[in-house]
Amino acid sequence: MMNIDTGVRYLETHEWARREGNEIVIGITDYAQSTLSDIVYVELPEVGDTLAKGDQFGVVESVKAAADVYLPMGGKVVAVNTALEDTPELVNEDAFGAGWMVRLSPTNVGEWEELLDAEAYQKVVEEEEAAH
Amino acid sequence: MVYIPHTDVERREMLAAIGVNRLEDLFQDIPEKFRYPHLDLPEPLSEMEILQELQFLATLNLNANTTSTFLGAGAYRHWTPSVVDYVISRGEFYTAYTPYQAEVSQGTLQAIFEYESMICDLTGMEVANASHYDGATAAAEAVIQAYNVFRKKRAKIVIAPTVHPHYRQVIHTYTQGMELDIVGGDDPTTPLDQLVEMVDEQTACLIVQTPDFLGRLVNLEGVADQVHARGKGTLLAVVVNPISLGLLKPPGAYGADIALGEGQPLGLGLNFGGPYLGFYATQMQYARQMAGRLVGKTVDSAGQDGYVMTLTTREQHIRRDKATSNICSNEGLMALAATVYMAALGKHGLRQIAELNYHKAHYAASVIDELDGFTVIKNRPFFNEFVVRCPAPVGEINAFLRNDIEELEIIGGYDLALDYPRLENHMLVAVTEMNSRHEIDLFAEALGAFPVENGRSHR
Repeated sequence: MMNIDTGVRYLETHEWARREGNEIVIGITDYAQSTLSDIVYVELPEVGDTLAKGDQFGVVESVKAAADVYLPMGGKVVAVNTALEDTPELVNEDAFGAGWMVRLSPTNVGEWEELLDAEAYQKVVEEEEAAH
Repeated sequence: MVYIPHTDVERREMLAAIGVNRLEDLFQDIPEKFRYPHLDLPEPLSEMEILQELQFLATLNLNANTTSTFLGAGAYRHWTPSVVDYVISRGEFYTAYTPYQAEVSQGTLQAIFEYESMICDLTGMEVANASHYDGATAAAEAVIQAYNVFRKKRAKIVIAPTVHPHYRQVIHTYTQGMELDIVGGDDPTTPLDQLVEMVDEQTACLIVQTPDFLGRLVNLEGVADQVHARGKGTLLAVVVNPISLGLLKPPGAYGADIALGEGQPLGLGLNFGGPYLGFYATQMQYARQMAGRLVGKTVDSAGQDGYVMTLTTREQHIRRDKATSNICSNEGLMALAATVYMAALGKHGLRQIAELNYHKAHYAASVIDELDGFTVIKNRPFFNEFVVRCPAPVGEINAFLRNDIEELEIIGGYDLALDYPRLENHMLVAVTEMNSRHEIDLFAEALGAFPVENGRSHR
């Protein structure tokens, strides 16, 4: 069963963003990890990098494919999930929790409003599923 | 003889399928005047006639197998044991292509795995790829790897001016459009310290060569630490002659991050300039940024050894335009030749070859240095290649060696003025195990016979 977290917002390309105080935590969705299958490597940006909404911030490699991942919101990277260096499978196990990727200080909080809510993202997933 | 197999009917069917009336319509984007250029060719010849013509032309070449040669400068005449050609000529290897399908390619994969393992042993590094086209392209991949290690944030590359001039040119060609700042200049007398001082926190890598293009051994002890410290992690890439590693400390032992070079000396023959072999090795922490194919060893479900392509997500058949390299064909057959060569020689054999090269080159240097007008530049130790200051332009001396000695043709050394204007009249002389003592004596005698007066040629 596909898990869709109602407490976060989404990008059509299967990344999620969660507000935590003044910061934004970002990762890939449960649907994305299940489609990629076993994840073996996650490449993340460096702390201090400033990136814009839509920029590629990393690469997720699985035993089947390599996927570029994009930022739902722009900002300055304040932390990355270094646990993924040695245990990338955290993304498979807990995509919305321990498998988070980047924490950033947003440049423009207004970008939050442009993101999809859980209902809209659910539709994106259903359409993709139907297309397969 | 017509080589195109399609019949008129088939052509009409294909044209109809794509909705085109005539074949010519496919070329309408090409301006008319370029479509059917007039080729000024002689009348066709029969197979017998053309073969005779080509055989005649071939006799005009000097054959390095039967002519005394002292030419090196990046490609060397070494002895190739017969077993090398025997093994690589086997049909299973000779026609093999990239082994994507592991289950039918175990032999090829095992050979590549053994090649990689041997290159790691030879260079003292942790991981080697399945090879590049040649030493020059391997050097360019080192620059790209370093650039990627620093996530394209460091654009400065320091290259020693005594890295092979062709390698430096290929690096420029490969990295066009990457907006790199390549420094180091082309003055071959630039001291290593000065190059290390060019390294700063914007520098992705320093590339040095030992023996350098002028044959000199470069003492790199401690240099990796300096480079890492000055540039906060800047990589040290070292270009090496693989045969020299039979005698010398490998790059891994003095902390290099990348070791690479031309694999041609490992039993490949001169091959008219190619195919050659670029060998490439790095430390495990950089394996993901390394270009090229990688083969690993694993076990199957029954516990038996098996070989597979590894970390292929770096490569272009998966990563497309974001691959670590889009020029990542390996030189599979040449890598196999090098593997057979290294296996045939073994550790002690390689040391013997290296010693022979070293001693013969030093003997040659000593006899040439005694000649009037010729001086061997001896400010630094060398391996199998050294620089001789000559009394005339090297081109004139080489023409004399080829044409003006009775019953003997000698291929002289490399004219360094071609790459370094300040080294006019300087010849780079290479000596390998293939040059007999007699051959070296005749070469020195011939140089001594070059007519010189007041330092000017009289020819």
